[in-house]
Amino acid sequence: MRYLPLSADDRSDMLARVGVDHIDKLFADIPRDKLLDKVLPLPLSKGELEVERMLSKMAARNKAASSGPFFVGAGAYKHHVPATVDHLIQRSEFLTSYTPYQPEIAQGTLQYLFEFQTQVAALTGMDVANASMYDGSTGTGEAVLMAHRITKRNKAVLSGGLHPHYGDVVRTLSEMSNAEVVTLKPDLRAKEDLIAAIDDQTSCVVVQSPDVFGTLRDLKPIADACHAKGALLIAVFTEVVSLGLVTSPGEQGADIVVGEGQSIGNALNFGGPYVGLFATKTQYVRNMPGRLCGETVDAEGKRGFVLTLSTREQHIRREKATSNICTNSGLCTLAFTIHMTLLGEKGLRSLAEVNHANAVMLADKLAKLPHVEVVNEQFFNEISIRLKGDATKIVDRLAHHGIMAGVPAARLFPDQGLDDVLIIANTEVNTDEDRDALVAALKEAM
Amino acid sequence: MLNRQGRPTTPANDATAVHKTFTGNRALQQIEPLIFEIGSTDQTGVDIDAPAPHHKKLGGLERKNPIGLPGLSEPETMRHYVRLSQKNYGIDSGLFPLGSCTMKHNPRLNEKMARLPGFSDVHPLQPQSTVQGALELMDTLAHWLVTLTGMDAVAMSPKAGAHGELCGLMAIKAAIIARGEEATRKVVLVPDSAHGTNPATAALIHFEVRSVPVREDGTVDPKVVAELAGPDTAAIMLTNPNTCGLFEKDVVAIADAVHKAGGYFYADGANFNAIVGKARPGDLGVDAMHINLHKTFSTPHGGGGPGSGPVVLSERLAPFAPVPFIRKTEEGLQLVEDEAEATKHGAHPFGRMTAFHGQMGMYVRALSYMLSHGADGLKQASEDAVLNANYVRAGLADLMSLPFGNKPCMHEVLFDDTWLKDTGVSTLDFAKAMIDEGYHPMTMYFPLVVHGAMLIEPTESESRASLDLFIATLRDLAIAAKRGDTERFTGAPYHAPMRRLDETRAARSPVLKWTPPLPILEAAE
Repeated sequence: MRYLPLSADDRSDMLARVGVDHIDKLFADIPRDKLLDKVLPLPLSKGELEVERMLSKMAARNKAASSGPFFVGAGAYKHHVPATVDHLIQRSEFLTSYTPYQPEIAQGTLQYLFEFQTQVAALTGMDVANASMYDGSTGTGEAVLMAHRITKRNKAVLSGGLHPHYGDVVRTLSEMSNAEVVTLKPDLRAKEDLIAAIDDQTSCVVVQSPDVFGTLRDLKPIADACHAKGALLIAVFTEVVSLGLVTSPGEQGADIVVGEGQSIGNALNFGGPYVGLFATKTQYVRNMPGRLCGETVDAEGKRGFVLTLSTREQHIRREKATSNICTNSGLCTLAFTIHMTLLGEKGLRSLAEVNHANAVMLADKLAKLPHVEVVNEQFFNEISIRLKGDATKIVDRLAHHGIMAGVPAARLFPDQGLDDVLIIANTEVNTDEDRDALVAALKEAM
Repeated sequence: MLNRQGRPTTPANDATAVHKTFTGNRALQQIEPLIFEIGSTDQTGVDIDAPAPHHKKLGGLERKNPIGLPGLSEPETMRHYVRLSQKNYGIDSGLFPLGSCTMKHNPRLNEKMARLPGFSDVHPLQPQSTVQGALELMDTLAHWLVTLTGMDAVAMSPKAGAHGELCGLMAIKAAIIARGEEATRKVVLVPDSAHGTNPATAALIHFEVRSVPVREDGTVDPKVVAELAGPDTAAIMLTNPNTCGLFEKDVVAIADAVHKAGGYFYADGANFNAIVGKARPGDLGVDAMHINLHKTFSTPHGGGGPGSGPVVLSERLAPFAPVPFIRKTEEGLQLVEDEAEATKHGAHPFGRMTAFHGQMGMYVRALSYMLSHGADGLKQASEDAVLNANYVRAGLADLMSLPFGNKPCMHEVLFDDTWLKDTGVSTLDFAKAMIDEGYHPMTMYFPLVVHGAMLIEPTESESRASLDLFIATLRDLAIAAKRGDTERFTGAPYHAPMRRLDETRAARSPVLKWTPPLPILEAAE
């Protein structure tokens, strides 16, 4: 087997050195009747070529986003990632290193984490960001728990514009930890009255902007209302590129900002791995979950970086930790940081503008179609339309013709009367031809 | 000595003297500033065409203030991150014996496969008819996982080991709620040797943690478990092989004791890599176990993630698995994504762990690893991992101290610091001296049940020659420590990119992001 360096001779010599005559003597603590006496009924080892054939065959049964006009979003977005990013994250020293617990030989990881934290804090308009969470949804769950710890209350209010998977993660976690959740109805037109839902038991309000239907939300009034009642505002985003063009949640008064960073540096990957961004105010840092990287000096006074404030974490605090989390999204974080470094402020703004412009052009074209209504008044790169007929069926029909039209709202909100709603994302990868093809196909399908 | 061109072929006499360089660089080791110190907000490494003319539809929410994000051109970016990478130690750099973390070889075929556009460039919410291959891959991996573990079902979506623990305990809690016993069954038994994530996970969903002391031989005593377990017991969380590198030989009796009390057996599968193909957790009474695909099945650790932690479940817990899950239908594979739909198929999911369907990129890599090894190769890998650890044990047992005696271990060998007593050298110092010798240190000070723990896991990826050199190096170091060559240790590392870092200072006044330096005049005040 190509990955195993020991030869048969090595094995017998080594067993002799260890002082046993058979490998199973080293497994003697496994109860004899539980030790497997034959190989399990699974295929036997294969060469690289054969494995490549098998997996390529599976891959070929999937339709890749870049193979045609592609408008699927709702929490994950198709963007162009510069070739440099994927090359760099495959450097052995990044790819095959561990969590930087030995900082003297992990400054590469630590320094990019410090850069990442600084970038995320700047983007979100917050004081401090952690070294990432698994993804936006689990980060949102952790943010709610953090708000409960800070406010010593345990009721969360979730906007009806929050991605329902994110809502489900919060509800699952809350149900299991005896916390209360109030979820507002799916809010297609951003008309919900979140402020009315805040009472003196409310620990936090969770609002997504752009929301799951694409509408940009004004967070300032909600932040003010939260603060007046002693609650925190948790601002969520699933499209981080929007922060290049939209006022940051921090400037709008958010206390915790959490979101999905996949759009920068990371592929769609059928849903994971992604990278959760998590930022807050300085006064809450010791209540924060997740790893933090901090600056220090070495024995010669040279600047360096270490993981810090680990007294919040499970390996030190065990059952008293702020979270059970024991990983970040390491390599996805690196991909984010490198892509963001390539973009810089100038590039990010341009990217965001192109995204917005493309979405505006598509919205204008769609609005001219009979039987189509664009529901959003203000949006970034994603819109929702009401159309004539069942959006799921139309999406399936268009997929058959090579066009990925978007996400039927009913897939995310089944049985909520949204069968005729389609969520359409539009990024820099979409061309005029793509948009024309979508509009023509929708027209024909209705 | 000069060659025929008159070029010296031997170093000059004073070549060993250390000269401080003008730059602070040391050949391949270059001082590298932060991007904030070398980039500028006007610089960019991507060329993006100007957008077509359009009316903005941002409401009043357009950003007005600068963000403060520096950019670098492409060559500058490349050099910056390559230089950073050169300050890191990876598995490909050398032996990485980090106990409990399983730093085995990461085959590059897996990276190549994960990047096939059919896997990397598909969206989680595309019509299911367009992702049948992705569902097939998940289903195939699930089949391998349940077969290797002898369990009934697997929840694929947890994003990492600790997330898997959470998923497993939630399934247990859901089962207890279904039995109507949530008011009484609140205790989770956790041995002292457990990973910190175990008690942290239990506490996260409001279970009470009750510690189980480890007996003198480093394992858990079923009699103690029987005494501690009762009508209040929800579960035990047991790592097997445990963090002392030992197989819990009374695991069946422990499982029986917990089951008899009406509780469930959660196994922390962090060390499953020692027994793949040798024993099946399902045969040992396990009800739920997470599998770290990034340990046992070689998906790269990536400097701290991403991981992936599918949870295998027994028949009793399978109905409570979270959404999404895959079911086979006549039209093909169906991903069941919401609870109402799941209920139609007889399931009682406790909820959802994460958006979408889990760590697809990691699934591809893990399956690529499994297909390469096959059932035979996976068994061989477990045997080699265990053999290598024992070989290290045999090579060091006379110099270093084994807290539970010199007897066979599993895939990792645990030493304590008794042998360093009165040398003035601590476990930490010893670890830092290993860095100077070109090794990544072992896991230090974990598990907590022995003093100054040194947990060494060489993995199956090491050749005999590599192990011989490693053993010889550790022997040299051990002898030096005992001989009183203290400074070699207490000041180490001397040759790493950085000397020892001040962690206390970092925690006392945390600096968690870069801030622009004050203007000179202001700073002078």
